[in-house]
Amino acid sequence: MTATEKTIAVADPVTGPTGGRRSGGVLRLLPAVVVLVLLALVPFVVDPFGTSTLSRVLVFALFACSLDLLVGITGLPSLGHAAYFGVGAYTAGLVSIHVTAEAPVPVLAGMVAGGLAAATTGWLAVRNNGVFFLMLTLAIGELVFQLAQSASSVTGGSNGLFGIPAVRIAGEPLTLPGYVYWYVLAVAALGFAGLWTISRSPVGAVLRGIRDNEPRMRSVGYSPFRYKLAAFVLAGAFAGLAGGLFAAQVRLVTPSEVGFELGALALLAVILGGAGSLWGPVLGAAVVVLVRDGLGPSLDGHGPLVLGIVFVLAVYLLPRGFAGLAGFGRLTARTARR
Amino acid sequence: MLGWFDANLVSILNGFAIGSLLFILAIGLSIVFGMMDVLNLAHGALYLLGSYLAVSFVGGTSSWGGFLVALGVAALVGLLAGGGLSAMTEPLARRPILDQALLTLGVSLVVAELLSIAYGNDVLSIAPPPGLDGSTSVAGNAYPTYRLALIGLGLVLAVAVYLVVERTSVGALVRASVADRDMVSAMGIDNRKVKIAVLGIGSMLATVAGVLGGPVYGARPGLDGTILILALVVVVIGGLGSVTGALIGALVIGQVESLGRALLPDLASFILFGTLAVVLVVRPRGLFGPKTLAGVR
Repeated sequence: MTATEKTIAVADPVTGPTGGRRSGGVLRLLPAVVVLVLLALVPFVVDPFGTSTLSRVLVFALFACSLDLLVGITGLPSLGHAAYFGVGAYTAGLVSIHVTAEAPVPVLAGMVAGGLAAATTGWLAVRNNGVFFLMLTLAIGELVFQLAQSASSVTGGSNGLFGIPAVRIAGEPLTLPGYVYWYVLAVAALGFAGLWTISRSPVGAVLRGIRDNEPRMRSVGYSPFRYKLAAFVLAGAFAGLAGGLFAAQVRLVTPSEVGFELGALALLAVILGGAGSLWGPVLGAAVVVLVRDGLGPSLDGHGPLVLGIVFVLAVYLLPRGFAGLAGFGRLTARTARR
Repeated sequence: MLGWFDANLVSILNGFAIGSLLFILAIGLSIVFGMMDVLNLAHGALYLLGSYLAVSFVGGTSSWGGFLVALGVAALVGLLAGGGLSAMTEPLARRPILDQALLTLGVSLVVAELLSIAYGNDVLSIAPPPGLDGSTSVAGNAYPTYRLALIGLGLVLAVAVYLVVERTSVGALVRASVADRDMVSAMGIDNRKVKIAVLGIGSMLATVAGVLGGPVYGARPGLDGTILILALVVVVIGGLGSVTGALIGALVIGQVESLGRALLPDLASFILFGTLAVVLVVRPRGLFGPKTLAGVR
């Protein structure tokens, strides 16, 4: 093993997946393919309730990953990311009701709307860093939430937007949970692939550079503002895509899909999973959804209590999330072998 | 002009009442962040805790005794909560600021859920103390006396805080810590003690504001988020760590929330965002913010 390889491997847990330079690209795709095949087989094995729970996990995981593009890769912690999820969900719902429910149209509309909403608010937010950014996104998210609640002629107010028709593929409505699940899985897989490609692209490398040392990136000649705005818009677009999937799966959109709590839960998923690695937030999202939907009913709807405690514990015990644990394992294995 | 003023007098007064309350909230948030680099996202939950304490001690029956007891208990609980938060954030002092903010976010989720378990999900109201529960005629408009008292209290507090920060040695310590905390600790002042005191007082202001705001806003789940956002917007507009900024920001946002909503009901959210956007475009660090902030990077 050469010295450079060793430094890359050691730096890996900190910076997340930067290993594009390593050999065996096809081999590295293998786990993803295996997971995808296993996930596709789920409706044959699991009952409809389990299948729809897994659909919710996938939607939330895509949402958490889009947030990770901001938090982990660009270093911009956002608490208002649910705004773009909600914009995507409402747009997809409205398009399904008033225009067409034909397969890719509602989710694509949601994606575009999420990106546009992120562009109109992001220029203000990305002027600031760190805690200022956190406060601004929180404020923006809350204002979009109030908008969703007050513009009841469009969004249905606090009753929510209901009566969203089932997604149609070639004119056939998808009603069985299994078909809906496959639809969600297919779109979410494309979304994950998109985010993965962005994070591995030269743009992703610039974003990581801005996260690690913004003044240096500026002096090298990159415009941090433009790159951060691009990351913000992309993250908003993928959040909108996840929102569109949500509308297709649940077929009811309420203001809580735009609210502070959803944004906080997504941030929890990212922190819990490990910011900067895309697979970490997926695991974090699974934990969050299972705690909220699995434990919530037995706790009389007080799932957030458990999540709050998990949040506090995660901050203390898992500074780099699950991904940090895995990285730590790899690191110790390497040291042991030496 | 005079007619317009007369027609909107109630809204303007409401704006001042909201502004008073926001000032009490924002000053705590602003000083804690300005001095200690801790963004206390549990500030809204502490406010709600104060409101629910008022529900317990005052509730629907108007009494001075209950109200004063509620204020005292809320102040004590706030001090203790601040001490607790200070102890909880201490192990994270060497970690990024974000980790401390996330910790307080987790704490606020827990506190808000515990409150909704204890008090249920209904909107609870709190009666103003006797003598303040009626209404007073202001230029021909009947206006709740309690809100007038709140405006007066806000003004008194603003003057008091200003005098303490600008004219006393404690205030000098506050200003020095906002400017350069490391230098203050190099001068021999124990940073941890300052942190406990600052977080204690900041949290106390939040719980006390909860009691004071109780007769206006009541107590309900979700109020913590609304209050936190308004206080954050005030702090961002005014500038972190600035007393004058918190006062001006609170007055502006109070009017935006009240007069803005009354004049343009459909655009209320946009006005709030618009105000924020305009201020930040002109002054990225807020109206009275420092030129540079050590903690903000």
